[in-house]
Order: sequence, then C-alpha cells, then structure tokens
Amino acid sequence: MAAPAARKRVGPWGEAWRRFRKHRLAVVSAVVLAVLILGVLVGPLFWTLPIDEIDFSARLAGPSWAHPLGNDDLGQDLLARIMYGGRISLAVGFAAMAVAVTVGVAVGAIAGMAGGKLDAVLMWVTDLFLSLPQLPLLLLIIYLFRDSLKEVVGPEVGVFILIVTIIGLFNWMQVARLVRAQFFSLREKEFVEAARALGASRWRLVTRHILPNALGPVIVAATIDIAAAIIAESTLSFLGLGFPPDIPTWGRLLFDAKDNLDFAPHWAIFPGLAIFLTVVSINFLGDGLRDALDPRRVI
Amino acid sequence: MTQYLLRRVLIAIPSLLGISVILFTVLALAPGDPFEELATNPAIPPEVRQNLRASLGLDDPIYLRYFAWLGSMLQGDWGYSFISRIPVDDLILQRLPTTVAVIGASQVLALCIALPVGVMAATRPYSLFDQVANTLAFVGFSLPTFFTGLLLILLFSIHLDWLPFVYSTKIDATGLAWWWAQLKQSIMPIAVLGLFQGAAWTRFVRSAVLDVVRLDHVTTARAKGLPESRVTLRHVVRNAMIPVVTLVALQMPAVFGGAIVTEQIFRVPGIGSLLITSILSNDTPVIMAVTFVFAALVIFFNLVADILYGWLDPRISYR
Repeated sequence: MAAPAARKRVGPWGEAWRRFRKHRLAVVSAVVLAVLILGVLVGPLFWTLPIDEIDFSARLAGPSWAHPLGNDDLGQDLLARIMYGGRISLAVGFAAMAVAVTVGVAVGAIAGMAGGKLDAVLMWVTDLFLSLPQLPLLLLIIYLFRDSLKEVVGPEVGVFILIVTIIGLFNWMQVARLVRAQFFSLREKEFVEAARALGASRWRLVTRHILPNALGPVIVAATIDIAAAIIAESTLSFLGLGFPPDIPTWGRLLFDAKDNLDFAPHWAIFPGLAIFLTVVSINFLGDGLRDALDPRRVI
Repeated sequence: MTQYLLRRVLIAIPSLLGISVILFTVLALAPGDPFEELATNPAIPPEVRQNLRASLGLDDPIYLRYFAWLGSMLQGDWGYSFISRIPVDDLILQRLPTTVAVIGASQVLALCIALPVGVMAATRPYSLFDQVANTLAFVGFSLPTFFTGLLLILLFSIHLDWLPFVYSTKIDATGLAWWWAQLKQSIMPIAVLGLFQGAAWTRFVRSAVLDVVRLDHVTTARAKGLPESRVTLRHVVRNAMIPVVTLVALQMPAVFGGAIVTEQIFRVPGIGSLLITSILSNDTPVIMAVTFVFAALVIFFNLVADILYGWLDPRISYR
C-alpha cells in the first residue's frame, strides 16, 4: 500500500494564517498598524519633548528638524502630542471594543441558548439599539453625566470611563446578532449533541463547545468595532465634547486646528492622517481576518 | 400591500416609544436638576420653589413624570429654549428643512456613485476595475467625515479659492445668481456626506450583486437571449437591491451622525449644529427635542426602507 504523499499537517490556525497571507493589503495593514501602535507606545521614550512645553517663537511653525510635524498655536510640539493622543485614542478603541464584545457575546449567547420569548425580547432590544441615533445620544449622555463623573474620579479618568462605556454600549448589536445566529446553528450540531448526551452542563456546553466555534466572526466584528470606536471618540473630541482640552487626543487636535487651517494646515493634516491610517488599516485587517476566519461570508 | 404597510407603521410605534423611554431614563438618571437655574437663585424663597416643583410635577414618581412628558411631547408642547426663549418646536422647524435637504442630496449623490460602481465591479469580479473600486471604497469609508471636510476646505476654499467654506443663509442675490451661490456653498457639505455613504454602499451593492448573478433565474434570462444590459438591470439589480435596502436602513444613524459633523464644520444652520450649540450652552429642552427628532427621523427612514422592501420583493408583503 502506497503511503499518501507526506504533507505537513496544518492546524486550523495555520490554515487561517495561510488564507490571511493571501490578502496582501491586509498583511500590509497589519504591519502599518503594528508600526503605529509601537510608535505611540515606545515613541515617547525616544522623543522626549514634553507635550505642553509652550514656545511662542515657534507658534504655528511648519515641520522642521527640531519639530518634524510642526507646532501648534502655543508652539507645542505636535509629534509629541500626536504620540500621546494616539495612546488615548487607541486605548479608547480597544477598551470600547472589549465592552461591546462582552455585552454582545452575553446578549447573543443568552438569546441563542434560550430561544422563545426571551430571544424575541432581546432581539427587539437589539433592533431598537440599532435604530437609535447614536451620535446625538452620545452627546446627550456626555452632556448630562460629564460633570458629576469628573467630581468622583477626576476629569481624565472620568471622561475615559464615560466615553468607553457609552461607545461600547452603542456598538454591541452586530456582535450579538452574529453570536445568536451562530448559536442557533451550532447548538443543533452533532458534537454539541454528543457533549450534551455525555452529561455536560449548559455552562460547559456554551463555554467549551459552542462559543469557541462561534469565535471567527466575532473576532472580525471586534476588529471593525475598534475602528468604529476610534472614529466615535475622535468625532466627540472634534465636536469639542470629548476629552478635556489639555488631553490632546487625535480628534481634539483636529478640533483645535480647524480654525487655523489657512495658516497651519500641517496641524490638521498630521492628526487626521493618523486617524485615517489607523482606521483604514484596521478595516483592511478586518477584511483579511474575515477571509481567514470566516470564509463563508462574502461581504 | 395596504395591510403590510399598516403593519409596518404599527411596528414603528413601539420603537418610537422605546426610544422615548430610553431618552427619558437618561434624563431622569442624570445628576443635577434641569431646573437648577431656579434652585440656585437666592431670590426665590424655598416655599415658592417647592410649589413650582410641585406644579411642574417634578416630585411625582418617575413613571407619572414619563407619561406627563410624553403627553406634552405628543401635543406639540416641547417647551421653551433656555437661551433664546423661543418655543423649541419653532426653533427646530426653522432648521429642519436645511438638514433634510443636505442629507437628501447627499444620499442621492451616494446612490449615483454606489449603484453604477458597485454593479460594474460585481459584473467584472476581480478585474482591475473591481480591485481599484474596492480599495477606493475601503479608503472612502475609513476617512472620517470631519477629516474629509477639513481636507476639502483646505483644497477648494483656501488653496484654490473656488468655494466658500461658511454656509450663509443670507445671500444677497436673486434668481439665477442666488441658485449659483446656493449651489457653490452646498457642494462641499453634500460631497463630504455623499462620498462617505457612497463608499460604504458600493461594497453593499457589489456583494449583493455578486450573490444574485450566480442564481438560476439570471442564467435563464441569458439563455432566453435577452441583451446583457437588460439582464443586469431588470433581473440582477432589482433583486440585489433587496438586501441593500436593509443595509442602507441600518446605516441611517451613521448618516445622521455624519450630518451633525458636517453641519458643524461648514456651519450649516441645520438641527445638527443646533444640537451642538445647545449642548455648549446647556440648553436642555432643545437638546432633548433635537435628539428625539433625530430618533424619529431614523424610525421614519426605516419605515421608508420597509415600504421599498415590500415593493422590491412582493413576496414579503403576503407574509
């Protein structure tokens, strides 16, 4: 009997990596994103100019060797401010994604396991949240709660918690729908049936058998959620209603820059480019991950 | 069809009520008193304040306050702006047409981009055109509206000096000149919103068309010898529009978010910029009312989408 040609065994993750590599733009985006994240995390260690050093002689100065990305209207160094702001924008993105995924997985799993009336109610709530006008509501909630949270935990932490929670609470619906759909199909599969026959508890069924198999689409949705959260935070800051003025998030930098467009275009262009590069590479990365982890979907 | 319509309208009512409950809960949970002005004014003696609160129903249990609030909202009694002392509904009605016009025009623009590009890309999958269109669509919806707005101002207003960057309500011109000025100042806000939406829709259209072209009825239509253009327009696009309508309806909240940002950048006097100015000046009645109007608009457009859906896919109106 001839042995079949020896072929390297690849696990599911190896298979996913093979599919991911085929999406060239996604690979490039992953590199760009890694550079950006590394830049804002490690960059300030090498670029030690303080973010709030005022230097009126360099007011609105364009890019130069001393200040590669130029200065703002107080002569503060923009490179340092963009790196500092990037930390906050990215932290908001990841934290809000974590909130959204947690809520989404919980709602989706409960609806998918329970079925019946509970499922109907949860899905009605999901649809309701999908038709809420998110930006006006975000603005309303921040307007109403900002001051009291500031008093409790200080301006920076308070606004951070507030922004992360609400952006997360407005972004969980897609994840919930995906998880619910996955649960509906997975819970009837034979391997789940087998586990149930072996006496696995409901909790074990969900956490060990169903959820790991529903993970692919959730990872994809989570990636896109990071981009959505970064845009949401930047929008709030751009409208002047996000972080306090002394915290230069990317959106806040654009807000400050927009009235000086004619003298100092660099002030708006660099933070804007930072947002754009981050968001576009996250979106491409999500697209590549979809090819890798969720090959059945077409969109 | 009538029955279907009626049912969709009836389904919209609980959503509207649900949103009103959420809005009211947010307001009721908020710390501080919306009537703080009165509470901190030393000229008002405590008993008068108590009576005032009682007459406004501020000490009632929360569900009673909700029904009172809902009742007065339904009767069109939306209160007065703290700042300008004008009835809130007048304030909103003044500005609503501008917002609706800008949003409507930008949606038309988005449709004019997304339909042809999406269909072209999907009928030639993985061609150069498809790849370029797909990449541009990705870039388009990754560019936040506030950044595209600033870039357009930088290019067309500051660099080239072609278009004004502030939207003005008082154009002192008549006839054709007025229309010309109006067009010039509307181009950028509409383009910012329309390009963003168009990019997102292009992807929806492309994937929906890709799903439909491989179906049997399309093969049949080709086998009958129908010209390719007719196959695409009558047999593919119409069916592909069904999922697209749903996705577009889901995008409505994002459209309004974009409209708020755009109105703020170009200082378009719509309800979006009204919302921002009233938040900056702590004008609670106006903020509440504008948020509610946005919610109602989203529900209304969902209803329109449902009706379109029933027209595109007659099967579902019999269900």
